[in-house]
Amino acid sequence: MTIATAATAAYIVAALFFIRALAGLSRHESARLGNTYGMLGMAVALVATVALTVDDDIGLPAFALLVAAVAVGALIGLNRARAVEMTAMPELIALLHSFVGLAAVLVGWSGYLHVEHHPEGAEATGLAREDMLGIHSAEVFIGVFIGAVTLTGSIVAFGKLSGRLKSAPLMLPGKNLLNVGALIAFAGLTAAFVAQPGLWSLIAVTAVALLLGWHLVASIGGGDMPVVVSMLNSYSGWAAAASGFLLGNDLLIIVGALVGSSGAYLSAIMCKAMNRSFLSVIAGGFGLEAPAASGGDHGRHREITPEGTAEALAAASSVIITPGYGMAVAQAQAPVAALTARLRDRGVQVRFGIHPVAGRLPGHMNVLLAEAKVPYDLVLEMDEINDDFGAADVVLVIGANDIVNPAAEEDPASPIAGMPVLEVWNAQQVVVFKRSMATGYAGVQNPLFFRDNTHMLFGDAKERVNDILQALDHLTPVGARR
Amino acid sequence: MIVGVLKEEPPGERRVAVTPDTVTQLQKLGYEVVVEPGAGAGSGFPDDRYEAAGAAIGAAEAADVVLGIGPPSPERLDALRPGATLIGLLSPRLRPDLVEDLAGRPLTALSLDAVPRISRAQSFDVLSSMANIAGYRAVIEAAHEFGRFFTGQVTAAGKVPPAKVLVAGAGVAGLAAIGAASSLGAIVRATDPRPEVADQVRSLGGDYLAVAEPEPDDDPGTGYAKEMSDDYNVRAAALYAEQCRDVDIVVTTALIPGRPAPKLITAEMVATMRPGSVIVDMAAANGGNVEGTVPGERVVTANGVIILGYTDLAGRLPAQASQLYGTNLVNLIQLMTPQRDGELVLDFDDVVQRSMTVVREGELTWPPPPVPVSAAPAAAQPVQRDAEADVPSRKADPALRRLGAAVAAAATFGLIAVSPAALQVHLTVFALAIVIGYYVIGNVHHALHTPLMSVTNAISGIIVVGALLQIGTGSAAITVLSLAAILLASINVFGGFAVTRRMLAMFVRS
Repeated sequence: MTIATAATAAYIVAALFFIRALAGLSRHESARLGNTYGMLGMAVALVATVALTVDDDIGLPAFALLVAAVAVGALIGLNRARAVEMTAMPELIALLHSFVGLAAVLVGWSGYLHVEHHPEGAEATGLAREDMLGIHSAEVFIGVFIGAVTLTGSIVAFGKLSGRLKSAPLMLPGKNLLNVGALIAFAGLTAAFVAQPGLWSLIAVTAVALLLGWHLVASIGGGDMPVVVSMLNSYSGWAAAASGFLLGNDLLIIVGALVGSSGAYLSAIMCKAMNRSFLSVIAGGFGLEAPAASGGDHGRHREITPEGTAEALAAASSVIITPGYGMAVAQAQAPVAALTARLRDRGVQVRFGIHPVAGRLPGHMNVLLAEAKVPYDLVLEMDEINDDFGAADVVLVIGANDIVNPAAEEDPASPIAGMPVLEVWNAQQVVVFKRSMATGYAGVQNPLFFRDNTHMLFGDAKERVNDILQALDHLTPVGARR
Repeated sequence: MIVGVLKEEPPGERRVAVTPDTVTQLQKLGYEVVVEPGAGAGSGFPDDRYEAAGAAIGAAEAADVVLGIGPPSPERLDALRPGATLIGLLSPRLRPDLVEDLAGRPLTALSLDAVPRISRAQSFDVLSSMANIAGYRAVIEAAHEFGRFFTGQVTAAGKVPPAKVLVAGAGVAGLAAIGAASSLGAIVRATDPRPEVADQVRSLGGDYLAVAEPEPDDDPGTGYAKEMSDDYNVRAAALYAEQCRDVDIVVTTALIPGRPAPKLITAEMVATMRPGSVIVDMAAANGGNVEGTVPGERVVTANGVIILGYTDLAGRLPAQASQLYGTNLVNLIQLMTPQRDGELVLDFDDVVQRSMTVVREGELTWPPPPVPVSAAPAAAQPVQRDAEADVPSRKADPALRRLGAAVAAAATFGLIAVSPAALQVHLTVFALAIVIGYYVIGNVHHALHTPLMSVTNAISGIIVVGALLQIGTGSAAITVLSLAAILLASINVFGGFAVTRRMLAMFVRS
């Protein structure tokens, strides 16, 4: 057994740990164990790799720098992880994706400098003997390309999620042509590079990929971010896999493929939830086209006071809350959790209905509610709860719009036609928390607001929920009921 | 502007157009409110409650906007200020004499019973509000006259069968009657020429009785029921005759705007009913659906059937009726006060306001142009069915899919076949890992998407391995690039795992 064979064995063990980690993350009961397996796998992989580098005799200064880089990175990472607000999770995850992308670009460039830059060097001639030099050049390009797309795509996503960039979709003329043009340029440059490796074509492909990544995500609007983030997650996986091919490292290939395909699968779930085609998502710029002006006669909306809502809630036996991105924006999750606890004390059954694309990150609402200490068995997903709305006395729609729009089911001309939505309108009464009568992200008017059983509660969601909590205090005490 | 609230004149009228609650809402719209003394007494709103809500007590005739329920007498109209706006239930269709009288005065008059049946106008559709109350009260009146329980019971003194109630016409009043009767425990049946109301009937606990073969309804219509053909009427009569022999209570609600009410129940049918049965004819004011109805009276037939022809059913719940009427009125005034500055603006470009206006500043504007009904209830159901058919299916043709799969397999094969042996090994690993990645999270719980994403994020920091392997391989440039990559990837690894841990710790079971 040499260090090299031991490292290979360690890599396989690490890969298995990672698979176990992803499997564990699919259920609440095993999620924490899954995360531990992930850390374990990473530790095994790191120790094996460091052993390999030491075995390679890189010299003390390089080793010291290496340790310092890991330590600084770890410090920054742990710090960010401790400080981040749960409402800012989407931004953090997008930012982390961009790091993977950038790392992949750097690895690709190093690969080029190491091999193709010295055509007479040992590695290059060795690869040429195995007829692998051309393959290696292609791998460098693919790795750099995917990495660079991930990098700028994630940075734009980060900017949009954190409000540093406008979240409206960018509409360049002929945007599909631009995307296809970039891919063609990539193919052409790759062919040129394989035939004749040169620094300029590498710089050119990096620039093309950076622009493509920027354009792909810039042309997607804020409301589609759940899909974008999981798509970038997938891209970062493919970037790692490409680096694995470049270095001939199976661990990187396995892990990259795992992350890539699981991210793609998540994106596919999201797409299904929005009734979009998966292909058009990966192609980017699938933001809705100019929404049809579905003006017309909607009727008048009715308002309700927080006191009125409190009375309705107190009289209800079953309440369902459907939160959306607006709840995260207003930071209303803690009062909502308090309201949930108060109503449960009064003997009211409270449940949450979460649409797959509610929020700006897949599962974002669940994390926010978990942070506010709402028990997770009260939090149900759309398919689990959609049939129960008919039996609910009151539904509170907090900061959600398109995901509760009956037009998706009833109006074939609507831009969101066919998108599965939470059927809140079947409940006895619906109270919609909203800042104003403005339309949702998709720019589609929501007929829900004008239904007979719908009341609007205008204002900041957090303040309004607090008002309801106060109003509940003034109502009959718990003992007076039943 | 000042809003004046009239005390209703007719002796039996106990309703009032504005309640203390709606006084507050009118003030929010910028109006001052003057209420005539004793206006709310019949509905249980004494003057001091109006005063507490901020209204003045005094004469309403001098106000800029005068609110009432029934049309004021000519003497009261004489007292109104020139240029004032009168809003109430003026029944312009039934009272041409009143319309003529109003047209000669320097007033603007809006009639709340001329609100077009479009969804936007629902929130001030007084007729619906009143019909709802009347339907409820009709059942209560019937229960009062009926000498038995509505609900079935098994008692020590024997078994009591539930009462059987037939409701003719499932409009607003009919549906309210169905709901009230079924919540009292009766067996409720309902008829209506519009088959699409069947679901609404069932949702309130009634059984829908269809007249055999209902005819198609192509008329865009007015949103109200219309007169049916002779053939239909013959079949409907057979149904009513059969039901009358069986039921204990009949509530009829059939009205056609601008026409006398259709005769649904003949004297012969009444004669077949059991003694002690009760009929409430809610169409009595328009001639009645039942032969033998006397408007406003209680009649007992020779065979002991009680026919109630009360025309003031909504007014018999004065507090409730005033509250809903007042809210409808506030909704209308809100629409007509776009600036919320207490200035009433009549917008003739708005079909709703146009339709309601009988007289504008002394100029006769009645009858209004017809309004197409936007939300014909008949259209609702078919549209939904079309929606399912019209939404383009995202699934491609199966033959095309098979072809696509074959092409993809061939391309993969071709690509790998020409690859060097060293690459093939990696490709094998790659392909298998993709499949594992797909299946391993295939049934991930939706709630865990975010933690899953952050853990995969941490795991993709594995690229640190790549950078580590490169660091010792030569030039300074490579070392710098690698160190940067190591730093970034480490942030990912440690940050990703730590934040996942933090998130997972938050998920707790109840």
